Amino acid sequence: MKSPLVRWSVVSVSLALALTSCAKGTGGGAAAPSQSPGQFDPGAKYQGAISVMGFGATDEIGTTRVDKAKAALGGADVKLIEGDLDIQQFLSAVAAGDPPDIIYANRDQIGTFASRGAIIPLTACVQGEQIDTSMYNKNALAQVTFGDEVWGIPEFNQVQITMANAALLKKAGLTIEDVNGSNWDKVTAATKKLFSAPGGKLKVIGYDSKLPEFLPLWAKANGADLLSADGRTAQLNSPQVVKALEFAVGIYDAQGGFAKVKALRDSADFFGKGNQFATDALGAMPMEQWYVNVLNDVSPKAPLAFDTFRTPQGEPLAYSSGSAWAIPKGAKNPGAACRFAKTMTLVDTWKAAAQARLDKRNADKKPFTGILTGNVKADEEIKAMLTSGGEPWDSGVKAFYEANDHTFSLPANPADNEFKKAWQDGVNRVLNGQDKPQSSMDKAQQEAQAALDKAWAGWTKRTN
Amino acid sequence: MSASRTKAPRRRRAQWIETRAALLFISPWIIGFLVFTAWPVINSAYLSLTDYDVINDPNFVGFDNYAQLFEDPKVGLALRNTFVFTVLSVPAHIIVSLGLALLLNGATRATGFFRTAFFLPKMTPPVAVGILLLLLFNGQNGLINGFLGVFGIDGPAWTTDPAWVKPGLVLMSLWTVGSSVVIILAALRAVPQELYDSALVDGAGWWRRTLRITVPMISPTLFFLFIVNTINALQSFTEAYTAFFGSGNTTYSNDAALFYAIYLFQQAFEFLHMGYASALAWLLFLVIMAITGVQMLVTRRFVHYEGGQP
Repeated sequence: MKSPLVRWSVVSVSLALALTSCAKGTGGGAAAPSQSPGQFDPGAKYQGAISVMGFGATDEIGTTRVDKAKAALGGADVKLIEGDLDIQQFLSAVAAGDPPDIIYANRDQIGTFASRGAIIPLTACVQGEQIDTSMYNKNALAQVTFGDEVWGIPEFNQVQITMANAALLKKAGLTIEDVNGSNWDKVTAATKKLFSAPGGKLKVIGYDSKLPEFLPLWAKANGADLLSADGRTAQLNSPQVVKALEFAVGIYDAQGGFAKVKALRDSADFFGKGNQFATDALGAMPMEQWYVNVLNDVSPKAPLAFDTFRTPQGEPLAYSSGSAWAIPKGAKNPGAACRFAKTMTLVDTWKAAAQARLDKRNADKKPFTGILTGNVKADEEIKAMLTSGGEPWDSGVKAFYEANDHTFSLPANPADNEFKKAWQDGVNRVLNGQDKPQSSMDKAQQEAQAALDKAWAGWTKRTN
Repeated sequence: MSASRTKAPRRRRAQWIETRAALLFISPWIIGFLVFTAWPVINSAYLSLTDYDVINDPNFVGFDNYAQLFEDPKVGLALRNTFVFTVLSVPAHIIVSLGLALLLNGATRATGFFRTAFFLPKMTPPVAVGILLLLLFNGQNGLINGFLGVFGIDGPAWTTDPAWVKPGLVLMSLWTVGSSVVIILAALRAVPQELYDSALVDGAGWWRRTLRITVPMISPTLFFLFIVNTINALQSFTEAYTAFFGSGNTTYSNDAALFYAIYLFQQAFEFLHMGYASALAWLLFLVIMAITGVQMLVTRRFVHYEGGQP
């Protein structure tokens, strides 16, 4: 005879199995519910609490704008869930039916969230709140446009420029033109002149081509896009991409290999006074524009030189990336969320934030070297507020504004993360010496295309 | 006859009352187990047969996810990495723990201090250990290579050279041997002194006494640590993830550190393939079960139980 304990256990497990047989997703299924412009009234006042996930108003640029947004809501309390957006936490919240009211995400995440139905389209929000989308950077807006609808409101913008150590350049008889990317042979030659490895131990990185993250930049400079304009076809193993990869990896090979360069790169006090330019540990690299502000702040006397990143034809070029606001499916107060996103990115709001930064910099007797937003009109206004920091800082600021006028971005697609992972893994395999460029990018192409095909099929199934 | 007939139902009733009381007392555990362990396990088995992205309803796909496991080259890579790490780290962990415990066992007054000192690193959060790994093992200016440099050794690029990534992780895993040291030390203290006294009379030296008395007497403890450490190593995640795949390294990841649990996490929470990740989890479960079973069969004859086999 079975003991009562065993019988009870059997009953419990049977109950669990019975429940499992009824198991279904916690999500609501297909496409996100459509909204009407009437739900987004620009005259409405909002009460209660608005939860914002992934955004920390940690400086005057953030706090000034959040204050403006609070005022625009008409009384609602804004609760910030700080730190980078935690995808696991966010999706769990959506699945559980208790999402935040608005999220702050990377623009390259928007396509995946949209295709899964985790966020709602903002067409009605844009119409109802009368948001003038023409003020946003075209590339930034394209990155958050998916299936002919806008799914995110662009926030900050990031572009790359060439940053170099002027003292090391001068000592090697070089100029910034030798390392701005306009002539790849010159970049390779300059790398060999600038790098230093006494006794085989790397002491100075001549040039850092910033792989794997900047492969799209090198590929575009060589005339290739990693992804077709419609976001459906991977182009990772095209001859131009492979050639760009060979060149950018060759830069590391010329200095003893990526492992050594990466180890030295990691050892620098990147955000502090011991940064690689101040300590003469790096000749040159392409880098995002915000680093100009960091360098100016922590090592204003470092011997720097700046230029735009240039194509072999000499044209400025930058790979645009950045952040955006999106409203989750099931958000309790989408109207307030829409108003929040709108206000955070309005020209006047950005100007107020820039003024706060300017006041702080003046108080510290330092120049205001600018910020780049996803709002082109705001960028123009802020540009007029800049204060001169003398050379080389003025050249740096000039370079990133010029770069901002010559950007490209990867189109939105429903498998952003897998696509990115595929090409980055492809580059990493080459950097680690585990594979050759062509073979590695062939594998990356297969992985990326399979992920894209599956994700697009899922999107088609959900929307038909 | 009739008296025994009436006694039997009474006894059964008394037993039932006792059982009911026992069940009532342990019901919080039963409910917790059903809700937080049994249910997720069963649900994960179900999800492994579906295409599920967390947001939308799961779509039943049969054994497609399991078939995909055999076609996915990263599964093989992740399994190989995990096995290599396990094979290197488990013996290293036990040997170092045993060595430290033997040293501590010989100490007298300072034992308490060193026991605490060895255990303290175990309290360090694994994420911090991952960051420490990057700092200590940096090929350019890490403390480890600095130490090797004192002896004229040009240390490798532990954190960036694929050939040295796993050895670096193994060395770093020794940071947390404290708990094993404490367990072995407790076992060492339980070895009867008479055995050592007899061996001394017979003229056995320290090495012979350790090999012939100490190790056999604490073999159940070593066996327990062997099994537990193997399971932990097969599930390694946090330190390697923080060092090579976390937010500070979102673009550069080193495939040499792609452990199985990391790949599972990527599929579940980065690519939102929760169904496939569930299949990966079940494969890991089966692998751990198989390895543990083999370990128990193979090592049984090396384990000495004072009262015979348990």
